[in-house]
Amino acid sequence: MSLIGARVVRNEDPLFLTRGATYTEDVVDERLSGALHVTFVRSPVAHARITGIDTGEAQQAPGVVAVVTGADLAALPGIPPIGPQAAMAQPLLATDVVRFVGEPVAVVVTEERYQGEDAAALVFVDFDPLPVVIDPRAAARDEVLLFPEVGTNTAMEHDWKNQPSADLFDGCDVVVSREIINQRLAPAPLEVRSTAATVTDDGRLTAWVSNQGAQVTQRELSGALDLPREQVHIITPDVGGGFGAKMGADPEHVVVAWLARHLGRPVRWVETRWENLVAMTHGRGQVQTITIGGRRDGRVLAYRLEVLQDCGAYPRFGTFLPALTRMMAPGVYDIPRLESRGRSVVTNATPVGAYRGAGRPEAAAAIERAMDLFAAEIGMDPTEVRRVNLMPAFDRERVTLAGAHYDTGDYPGALDRVLAAAGYQDLRREQAQRRERGDVVQLGIGISVYVEITGPAMEAGGPRENATVEVNPDGTATVLTGTSPHGQGHATAWAMLVSEELGIPVDRITVLHGDTDLVPAGGGTAGSRSLQQGGAAVQQAARELVEVARRRAAELLEAEPDDVVVDTARRGVAVRGAPHAWLSFADLAGREPLAVHTVFQAPGPTFPFGAHVAVVDVDTESGRVVLRRLVAVDDAGTVLNPLLAEGQRHGGLAQGAAQALFEEVVYDPDGNPQTSTLATYPFLSATELPAFELVDMATPTPHNPLGAKGIGESGTIGSTPAIQNAVVDALSHLGVRHIDLPATPQRVWEALGSGSGMRSGSASGGAV
Amino acid sequence: MIPAPFDYVRPARVEDALRLLAEHGEDAKVLAGGHSLLPIMKLRLAAPALLVDVGRLDALRHIRIEGEDVAIGALTRHADLVSSPVLRAEVPLLPDVAALVGDQQIRNRGTIGGSLVHGDPAADLPAAVLALGATLVLQGPGGERRVAATEFFTGFLQTSTAPDELLVEIRVPRCPDAPWGYQKFVRRANDWAVVAAAAVDGRVALAGMAQTPVRAAATEEALTAGASPAEAAALADRDTSPTADLQASEAYRRHLARLLTRRALGGARGRA
Amino acid sequence: MEVKVTVNGVARRDDVEPRLLLVHYLREVVGLRATNVGCDTSSCGACTVHLDGEAVKSCTVLAVQADGCEVTTLEGLAGDDGSRLHPVQAAFRAEHGLQCGFCTPGMVMAATALLRSNPHPSEREVREGLEGNFCRCTGYHNIVRAVLAAAAAGAEVPE
Repeated sequence: MSLIGARVVRNEDPLFLTRGATYTEDVVDERLSGALHVTFVRSPVAHARITGIDTGEAQQAPGVVAVVTGADLAALPGIPPIGPQAAMAQPLLATDVVRFVGEPVAVVVTEERYQGEDAAALVFVDFDPLPVVIDPRAAARDEVLLFPEVGTNTAMEHDWKNQPSADLFDGCDVVVSREIINQRLAPAPLEVRSTAATVTDDGRLTAWVSNQGAQVTQRELSGALDLPREQVHIITPDVGGGFGAKMGADPEHVVVAWLARHLGRPVRWVETRWENLVAMTHGRGQVQTITIGGRRDGRVLAYRLEVLQDCGAYPRFGTFLPALTRMMAPGVYDIPRLESRGRSVVTNATPVGAYRGAGRPEAAAAIERAMDLFAAEIGMDPTEVRRVNLMPAFDRERVTLAGAHYDTGDYPGALDRVLAAAGYQDLRREQAQRRERGDVVQLGIGISVYVEITGPAMEAGGPRENATVEVNPDGTATVLTGTSPHGQGHATAWAMLVSEELGIPVDRITVLHGDTDLVPAGGGTAGSRSLQQGGAAVQQAARELVEVARRRAAELLEAEPDDVVVDTARRGVAVRGAPHAWLSFADLAGREPLAVHTVFQAPGPTFPFGAHVAVVDVDTESGRVVLRRLVAVDDAGTVLNPLLAEGQRHGGLAQGAAQALFEEVVYDPDGNPQTSTLATYPFLSATELPAFELVDMATPTPHNPLGAKGIGESGTIGSTPAIQNAVVDALSHLGVRHIDLPATPQRVWEALGSGSGMRSGSASGGAV
Repeated sequence: MIPAPFDYVRPARVEDALRLLAEHGEDAKVLAGGHSLLPIMKLRLAAPALLVDVGRLDALRHIRIEGEDVAIGALTRHADLVSSPVLRAEVPLLPDVAALVGDQQIRNRGTIGGSLVHGDPAADLPAAVLALGATLVLQGPGGERRVAATEFFTGFLQTSTAPDELLVEIRVPRCPDAPWGYQKFVRRANDWAVVAAAAVDGRVALAGMAQTPVRAAATEEALTAGASPAEAAALADRDTSPTADLQASEAYRRHLARLLTRRALGGARGRA
Repeated sequence: MEVKVTVNGVARRDDVEPRLLLVHYLREVVGLRATNVGCDTSSCGACTVHLDGEAVKSCTVLAVQADGCEVTTLEGLAGDDGSRLHPVQAAFRAEHGLQCGFCTPGMVMAATALLRSNPHPSEREVREGLEGNFCRCTGYHNIVRAVLAAAAAGAEVPE
């Protein structure tokens, strides 16, 4: 009975459910005994010159061991910026200028944790205010400069200098153009950032970090501290969610590590939720101009996408997102003419990084909105317009006009399945009835068909991952993986892959990750890469181990290697036709260590795809939107463990729904965050969501023997546009053509009030 | 995340609590369920030197019929309001409103007294007691003092409770047969109201429309004059002063006030 | 100040600062670290424990307020040696109601309290009953399934 496709409950759970997992704050280790506590002092203003920092009173406060400012760290270069603007590096602690509310300015170290906040309140910083720029459109005008010496707020251009061609839309009966927003979001994992660090007896810096890739953290931390990589040992405890924002080193991680070395004592840091919401990198943050043109028969002839990326105050990973957005701009459609360009600019807001989907939700939201706008303009059903333009199913590589090498896809098939599962025609009938009756609560049906890119390369040398599989003499097995799970269940999934090859039961296989001493190389877990690269590596290592076992057994049993076959029932290898002549893997391991280390090289990224239908009730009196149904086809190829895959889809769907209807990071015009607690940032509870309806579909990829693509971000990518389209659809008979994200009740009410429907309505305050 | 340091005392009797409050004045704060006070202390928006924990004063925890009123001890928790058969029979608006406060954990700790003295104009219970025509019973060094709900809420997070006084009881007129409705408009389930409307027996109170909970006087007058609920509700935002904030613009709040009043007058209950 | 608290059936006597939050008392004084801190505004419920049998957010209770009370954390829910899972714990595993696990201790404590007061909730009642517990990973879908499954299995276990 194959385990591939089996619903195996998790190895992780018994401990998680009885004693709890061990997150960084929970770590009890003698190397950390007597640890001091680190508390950051952060800027309360968005843009100002620092004219003085008075630490005298803080230094006298109870329990204070040290107060450190940027001047003490002057020798270290800070976090290197993404892009060409070297002068835009994010300092570890601000020295001359602060550029966003929440930027670290100083740090206090105390004997006890509670003393930290008391002491931090006694650090007095003098600020000379500077003008603030929050909206990236304003930042792009280069009037208020964050880095005057650079002379521009542009951190990176993405073919920005390519002027839009005047004839792109020649021959189109209809052209629709619109500026739309893909709003700034806070990743908000339940576990905030946390680090503990000490210098161990061997003189190395040892750090426990809540992170998504120990080897990446090691590289970035050692680089930022100007230490050789081997001098830094990273340990990854259990991690309470990351969603892209815990990859690599933030200034705080570097400062904490520096303090451990400087003070010669162990130190621990955990941020508060307020700090997490203003100083952990944010997600999304694009202003997009979409232009779509085509014929009245539904055929789209041309699409232009212009992206203005809000980087926040320092160019972190967000700077790069437009490249991914542009690469996925045409989505699932066969559009003959395509143009795109982008620009990333700094603003006086929290730096933007990766957040579930990282550039691809933005692409899908743009093209799916464009398709609906086009459909509305020509008066055609949005599913019909999509059908006319979808790429037909393909099982060998297709290169798009955007330069993406799609591996396999069946977009029409996904659309068919989701419409059938949703009962699309019945929904349209119900909608028609409500419209005829003039019901207060109208029904909206929204569609999205999406494709996305997963499994990027994490470093030079192409997408790859390593794994070690070892069988122990007691019959258990150990796996070392370069992935870094934070909820995805790799301890179970990789055990399943090994169990499939060797027959050793899943619960007798231990999977280790995240310790750079045990696993020196690895790409971590991000970009939905883990199964297609890390899992493939584990499978490959297990298969190679079987080969080693076969050869050794052949010698011992005096048989021909070709006659020795794997015998998973007995967890070993046996001579074909001579069942008494066999050896267990455990037996072999007892004689000589039985371990294989391998690297799986992927030929390239993969392209999962799907289609979503969202059904919403919209109260046309109050503007309240209730998500009634979310029906999702998410095809990421072969499914290893449906329980885990469904969980990933559910989580993605919820975050996509949150972006569509609720979440948004808001600043006032002075750059003060308005959504810096979980009371003001509308993190969803179970009450706001329905049960999801998942439809299965699996179109394998040739890129790895499993046939697996990456599922982790798909749910997020398809659901936001489907829900946004549904809200607009609910009101389309009243003339509404667009409502910006998030489609809050007030935005809906305003769209209804404007009547003509072309106004999108404004948020209360704040930025992109 | 951590409150500034403070001293803590847990008096065994109401008299002791009053003596401590008289002694320490503005330096002391009353701790009941703690779910209004502790959150603001954790954010360091308040830093009293002394917390007087009245949480174990069982004399202040009751729900009983006394003549024309139901007398509710100030330390009655929201969860107890929800499950009270006396209230369900005599003042059905109140358990319904209490069930919408926060979430189950918050309702297990938060008290009606604590919520009322905190005086948040966006909270549910202040608007509810205003609509119910309740009387607040305060105890201080000078003895007992009764304040009508209409006089109790004096400003944003301000009530007429003096620093040396304790709210001990809320007296709500019994109204078992009065028509009632409550509509609370929130973004997410356990948020404070953007706007809420409580309607009972011809009185309407609004949350989220001013610095305090307010009565929709124009609506009430119109109803008395024989206007239909829809006509009367259209006046609900008269003489209110809603602010624009993250949740809603002024115009949207006014619209919600009128809409929720109309629905509450029609007997609608729960989240809008 | 001295506080006397019974935690998971074990009576304790400790000297604490008045401002010590119950959640930090449990984690750092008692050494039970399953209960987590997820926010600063009593919003997320990751810190949910049972105080005298009722679900409360231990980040919004002072340790001194728990003087003389009984506290149950996740660690106290399973059988004595941790081998026998409470029906709610078992259901969370079977239904894959946890991914990163950070919200899980608070979620399980909130769910057990919910089922004690409402042994046969509808789906809507489960969702509303858990509105004080946030999860970022699961989208709540399997959490709701787990609670309904535990209810169907007769999850009422006396405190």
